[in-house]
Amino acid sequence: MTTATLETPIQAKPAKQKVMLVEGNEAAALGVALARPDMVAVYPITPQSSLVEHVAKLIADGKMDADIVDAEGEHSVLSVLQGGALAGARTYTATCGPGLAFMFEPYFRTSGMRLPIVMSIVTRDGITPQSVWGGHQDAMTVREVGWVQVYCETVQEVLDTTIMAFKIAEHHDVMLPVNICLDGNYLSYGTSRVELPNQEDVDAFMGAKDVNWHVALDPLRPMAVDPLTGGSGGKGPSTFVRYRKGQCKGMQNSLRVIEEIHEEWAQRFGRRFAPLVEEYRLDGADYAIMTLGSMTGAAKDAIDEARDAGRKVGLIKIKTFSPFPIDALLKSFAKIQALGVVDRSVGFRWNCGPMYQETMGVLYRLGRHIPSMSFIGGLAGADITVGHFHRVIEATEKLLSNPAPIEPVWLNEKD
Amino acid sequence: MSALQTVKFYQTGTFTVGNRLLAPEERSVQANMQRTNSLNSGHRACQGCGEALGARYAIDAAMNATNRQLIAANATGCLEVFSTPYPETSWQIPWIHSLFGNTAAVATGIAAAIKIKKQKGQGQDVRVVAQGGDGGTTDIGFGCLSGMFERNDDVLYICYDNGGYMNTGVQRSSATPSAARTATTMPLGPEPGNPFGQGKFVPAIAMAHEIPYVATATVADLRDLENKVTKAMGIRGARYIHILVPCPLGWGTASHDTIRMARLAKETGVFPVFEAEYGEVKSALAIRRPLPVEEYLRPQKRFAHLFGKTPAVATIARIQAQADKNIRRYGLLAKEVA
Repeated sequence: MTTATLETPIQAKPAKQKVMLVEGNEAAALGVALARPDMVAVYPITPQSSLVEHVAKLIADGKMDADIVDAEGEHSVLSVLQGGALAGARTYTATCGPGLAFMFEPYFRTSGMRLPIVMSIVTRDGITPQSVWGGHQDAMTVREVGWVQVYCETVQEVLDTTIMAFKIAEHHDVMLPVNICLDGNYLSYGTSRVELPNQEDVDAFMGAKDVNWHVALDPLRPMAVDPLTGGSGGKGPSTFVRYRKGQCKGMQNSLRVIEEIHEEWAQRFGRRFAPLVEEYRLDGADYAIMTLGSMTGAAKDAIDEARDAGRKVGLIKIKTFSPFPIDALLKSFAKIQALGVVDRSVGFRWNCGPMYQETMGVLYRLGRHIPSMSFIGGLAGADITVGHFHRVIEATEKLLSNPAPIEPVWLNEKD
Repeated sequence: MSALQTVKFYQTGTFTVGNRLLAPEERSVQANMQRTNSLNSGHRACQGCGEALGARYAIDAAMNATNRQLIAANATGCLEVFSTPYPETSWQIPWIHSLFGNTAAVATGIAAAIKIKKQKGQGQDVRVVAQGGDGGTTDIGFGCLSGMFERNDDVLYICYDNGGYMNTGVQRSSATPSAARTATTMPLGPEPGNPFGQGKFVPAIAMAHEIPYVATATVADLRDLENKVTKAMGIRGARYIHILVPCPLGWGTASHDTIRMARLAKETGVFPVFEAEYGEVKSALAIRRPLPVEEYLRPQKRFAHLFGKTPAVATIARIQAQADKNIRRYGLLAKEVA
C-alpha cells in the first residue's frame, strides 16, 4: 500500500463514532449529509433508489440543509447540478446504468467545465438484455470522460469515501467531478455495521467550501462560461489544447491528492483505506489476482485458503480506477510473475474485461513480460464466490508454466 | 398589454421603439440613459437578425427590472454562436452556454443554488433567465422545459422563435410553419414544404402547466416586449415568453424587412400576441389592420413555391384557416376593430 505523508500531521482525536447497522445506499446518504452539500438533484433508478430516498428523508427531517430538485430525468439532474455548482453550491447526485447513459451529454461536460460535482454510481449492468442487477458495465463505459472514479469494497468504505470524494473534487489541484462506485445489490443493499463520523470532526476535515473560484455565474464576477472555442484558425487549436492538457493534469494531480486525503482521513478517523491500489498478501507471492469493488471480500477469503494450502498467490485490488494508477500498479507488478484480472463487466472491443484491457497497457510499461489473462464474472448481479476465485487462482497459477489463453474465462458461464 | 399601449396624440408612431419625447419614467428601456447594452455591439449576427434584436431588448429589460442582478443560461444555437466566439463575449451579464437540450435545467440549478445560499446567508438575490431558439426550446430542450414549468422553478424562459434550425443550415423544427421550405422539408412532391398537422405551439403547452405567466411577443412591437419582460421579472416562479424573431437567412427575406415581417405575422393572425396567467389568457394585442396571410407569405422565399405559375390556392387557404383560428381563439379582433 502506498501512503502519503502530510505536511502537518493531524493531532486531533476524533470524537467517539456512533455505531450503526445500515445498507450501502444509506451509508452513502449519511456520508453525503456529513459533507454538507447545498444542493442535490435526484431521479430514481434501481438499484440507486433507496440512496436518494435516504437523502430526501435526511433533508425532510432537517438533518441536511440542502435544496433538493426532483428532476424529470438524469440529463436534467446533472444539468441542474452544473448550474448550481457554477452559482457556488456544493452539489451531489447518484445514478446508475441507463440513468448514467441518459446523462452522458452533461456527464462529459461536467469534467470539461472542471466542476467538483460528486456522484455515486450504484453500479448496474448494461441495458439489453434487460437487467436491473449489479455489474460495472455502466461506470466502465464512461471511464474515458475525465471523471475521477473510485470503487469501494465495503459499506464503511462507501460512507467514508463519499465524504472524502467532496474534498478530492474540490481540491484546487484537481477540480474534477468524482464518482464513488458502489456495487449495485452487493453494496447498495448489503447491510453492515458502520461507524458514523461525528459532524464536527467532518467539518474540520472538509474545511471551507470553495467550488466556483475558477469559473462562476455570479454578477460580482461576470463571465461568459463555455463560449465557442477550437477550430483550426487563430488561437483555436492552442486554446483547446491548453484546456485539455489542464484536464489531464488535474487527473494526474488527483492521484497524489487522493493519497493525501486518505492519509488525513486515517489520521483523523482511524480508518485506513488503500487510496489507489491495495496489496493483499502479495509479499512472497509468485503470482496475483486483481479485483475491483465488493468482489474483493470473497477474493481475499480465497487467497487466505490458497496461501494456507501452500499456493504462492497474492491479491491486487484497485480502488482508484480513473485516473488509472499506473505507478502504483507497476510497483505491485514488480513483485509477481503472472497475473489474472477479474472484471465485473465486458470490453467488447478487446474481447476481455475493461480492467484487464487497461492493465495490459501498464504491463507493457513494466519492461518485462508477465503472462496474464482475463476473467469476467458477476455480470447482471451474478455472484462471484470463493469457489470462483479458486478457479481464478488455479488458472492464473498455470500461466507460470503454460502459454496464456487469449480468450477470457467467463466465470458464471455454467452457473 | 393594451393598458400599457394607450394611444396618445403626440405619439410619433405606434411601433416606435424608444421615445425621447416622453417623460423619462415613461420611456422605453432602450431610450433610457441607463440602458445596459446587455448584448453589446460587435457580435456576429447576420444583418437584420431578429433574434439579436429580440435578445437585446429582452435581456436589457430583465437587467433593468432586476437592478442588473441577473444570470442567463443560453442554449446552443445562433444566439450562443454569434454572441460568444472565444475569447470574446457581447454579454454584459454572467452568462453560460449550456448544452442544446438542457438550458431550462441549468437555469433551475442556478436558481436553486441562489435560493439555498440566500437561505444560508451566503449570497444575494440574483434572478435567472434561460433563453434558446425554437429548436432548443420546442424540440431537444422540451423535456427539461416542461420539468422546469411543472416544478414552478423561479426562472424566466425566453424562446426566440425563428421557425427552424437556422444555425445548422435551416432545417425543420417543430416550430416551422406549415408549408414552409427548409433544408429538410423541400418544396417537392404532392405536399411541398413542411407538412400540415405537425408542429407545436409551446406557449399553449406552457399555459397547460398553469405557470404564473406566459406571453408571446414579436420584434415588431418592442415596447410590448419590454413591458412583458419587465412584468415577468416582477413575478416569482416559472415564466415563459415566446418571441417571434424573423430570420432573413432562413425565411428568405430582405434584412431590412425583419420588423415588417414580424408585424405582418401579428397583423395577419399567423402569430398571436397575448398574455396568460395561470393558464388563462388575460389579454391580447389586437390586430389593428387585418390582412390576408398572403401579405405575410409572399415576401418570404421559404413560401415561394406557393406563388408559382399556378398559385397554391388551397394551401394558402389552409394557412389562412390557421390564422383565422388564432384570431378566434385569442380574441385578436377585439374592441378596436369591432
